[in-house]
Amino acid sequence: MATIKLDQLTKSYGPDEVLHHISGDINDGEFVVIVGPSGCGKSTLLRMVAGLETVTSGEISIGDKMVNEIEPADRDIAMVFQNYALYPHMSVGENMAYGLKIRKTPKDEITRRVNEAADILEIREYLGRKPRQLSGGQRQRVAMGRAIVRDPKVFLFDEPLSNLDAKLRVQMRLEIRKLQKRLGVTSIYVTHDQVEAMTLGDRLMVLNGGYVEQFDTPIELYERPASIFVAGFIGSPAMNFLTATGGDGLVVLDNGTALATSLKTSGAVIAGIRPEHLIQDPEGVLPVRVEMLEQLGANTLVHGVLDGTDTQIVASVTGIQSLPINDVVRFSPAPDELHLFDAKTEKRLS
Amino acid sequence: MLKRVHFPTSVLPYLLVAPQIIVTLIFFIWPASQAMYQSMLIEDAFGLSTEFVWFENFQILAEDKHYYDTFWRTIIFSVCVAFLSMSVALFLAGFAERVVRGAMTYRTMLIWPYAVAPVLAGALWVFMFNPTLGIFPYLLEFIGYNWNHYLNGHQAMLLVILAAAWKQVAYNFLFYLAAMQSIPKSVIEASAIDGAGPVLRFRTIVLPLVSPTTFFLLVINAVYAFFDTFGIIHAVTQGGPAGATTILVYKVFNDGFVGLDLGGSAAQSVILMILVISMTVIQFRYVEKKVDY
Repeated sequence: MATIKLDQLTKSYGPDEVLHHISGDINDGEFVVIVGPSGCGKSTLLRMVAGLETVTSGEISIGDKMVNEIEPADRDIAMVFQNYALYPHMSVGENMAYGLKIRKTPKDEITRRVNEAADILEIREYLGRKPRQLSGGQRQRVAMGRAIVRDPKVFLFDEPLSNLDAKLRVQMRLEIRKLQKRLGVTSIYVTHDQVEAMTLGDRLMVLNGGYVEQFDTPIELYERPASIFVAGFIGSPAMNFLTATGGDGLVVLDNGTALATSLKTSGAVIAGIRPEHLIQDPEGVLPVRVEMLEQLGANTLVHGVLDGTDTQIVASVTGIQSLPINDVVRFSPAPDELHLFDAKTEKRLS
Repeated sequence: MLKRVHFPTSVLPYLLVAPQIIVTLIFFIWPASQAMYQSMLIEDAFGLSTEFVWFENFQILAEDKHYYDTFWRTIIFSVCVAFLSMSVALFLAGFAERVVRGAMTYRTMLIWPYAVAPVLAGALWVFMFNPTLGIFPYLLEFIGYNWNHYLNGHQAMLLVILAAAWKQVAYNFLFYLAAMQSIPKSVIEASAIDGAGPVLRFRTIVLPLVSPTTFFLLVINAVYAFFDTFGIIHAVTQGGPAGATTILVYKVFNDGFVGLDLGGSAAQSVILMILVISMTVIQFRYVEKKVDY
């Protein structure tokens, strides 16, 4: 059990700085998900916590102890890799016992802990098999088992579900969540999948281009995104962005439509509204020319443009709707669901 | 049901395989059959008459104590060469994997010895270990060790083992390096996180995972030591002193072209041929089998 503290962490490869002053505290027993698009540095950050990458500047502490110079072996962490990284020449049982054997744990203790972990993950019957005789999902469980037998202070997950098929991914996602809550071990989980991030994390660290965009709870991320990037990244389908001019209690869109807001702004702003917050309304202020419909059953996604402009709009309306293509349908934004961002800094105005 | 494709009969396919078959016949099958025929002949001392004696040459070999000595010497030589060159190559490859800067240069330099002709490699070692001129005997003198491989059979054996192993290190290094590079990096990282230091990682993860390569190289090195070390031995010791470095393949040459016992020499080469065929069969059997850790 431990807290993790990241303090002004920087990573450079030669002259290229790939992570810029990352800071954040992770509480004891917390499940933090680092999420971002490919190449944002999220895996590098995780590998720095693991000790597999050096720290250029800044400090990493695990449980009040600065670990920058400590070998991965001595950090008391366990990691689950994207490709599972099971030892191919060892049986499942030997894979799980490897770390304990190296730490000179007594034999009967090893057997007990391996069996216990195998029971939790329901892989007891595979203990004698080699990894290549297992399916992807089973290998995934073995990798998890190898992590939990060690009873480490911290779990690190590096996109562990990305090699599984969609159905198994959802199932394993829930299992990982349950397991983490049951064991109460501080965990960091890296993924590029925002749905995975939202469902797993107590808090999400959204990374973009080596910067932390926002580090907060999933709900907060959804309700109060700190930047245009976060607003566009979290939530599916993505938020609609409309260029506008600020004013006192309202913003004026490019086509002259005024939208009410509680804020007083000025200059160029970006107004963001989620598709699910656009309500079909004959009196609505947003005329949308329908271009395409996506029928999902529970709801219908209306793709179109704001009439008279090129601005793409997606609205999500409940139920099965058949709206005529090329007709103008009017929507009005749900009250208080308008997000305003500075057009230049792309940060939230609040 | 297997469907067979029938081509209209024509000479073209025969023409296409002809070069391969002609080369094999002229350079392999014909000499081999000649050796087999020759091994059943005994020639008189002046080369004026030959007599067909069936297996008498083999019988003579079977009763020859020197031949058994040579046999064991060859085994010892081969085991030493294979063990030495493979362990050095494994060691170097293990470190080459860790080198980050200048890795290409380092690897290229390590591969060079393979391009050196065996006789030249031998000459190199002869110079370095020449009892009167060489650098190593000079240095060994300081610790009070007298090196003279012209007189001391054990030293001569050690020298040819060193020279032969050195020549083969580059080849083994290449294979070990390739094998190590095919181990996923994350597996090594996982064992590092599991608490294994570099030495333990090498012993418990890398070594078992390159074991298929080790077996392959074992066969290759044995064949090398048995058959391809003639040039080195000829350049370094000429099989001496007093036959101390005469291995089977060298004895074939010596008995045949120096001792002019053509029949006996041919019989020995037939035995060698059987040996190399059986080694190749072992290797093919293994390679065809699915690699299993």
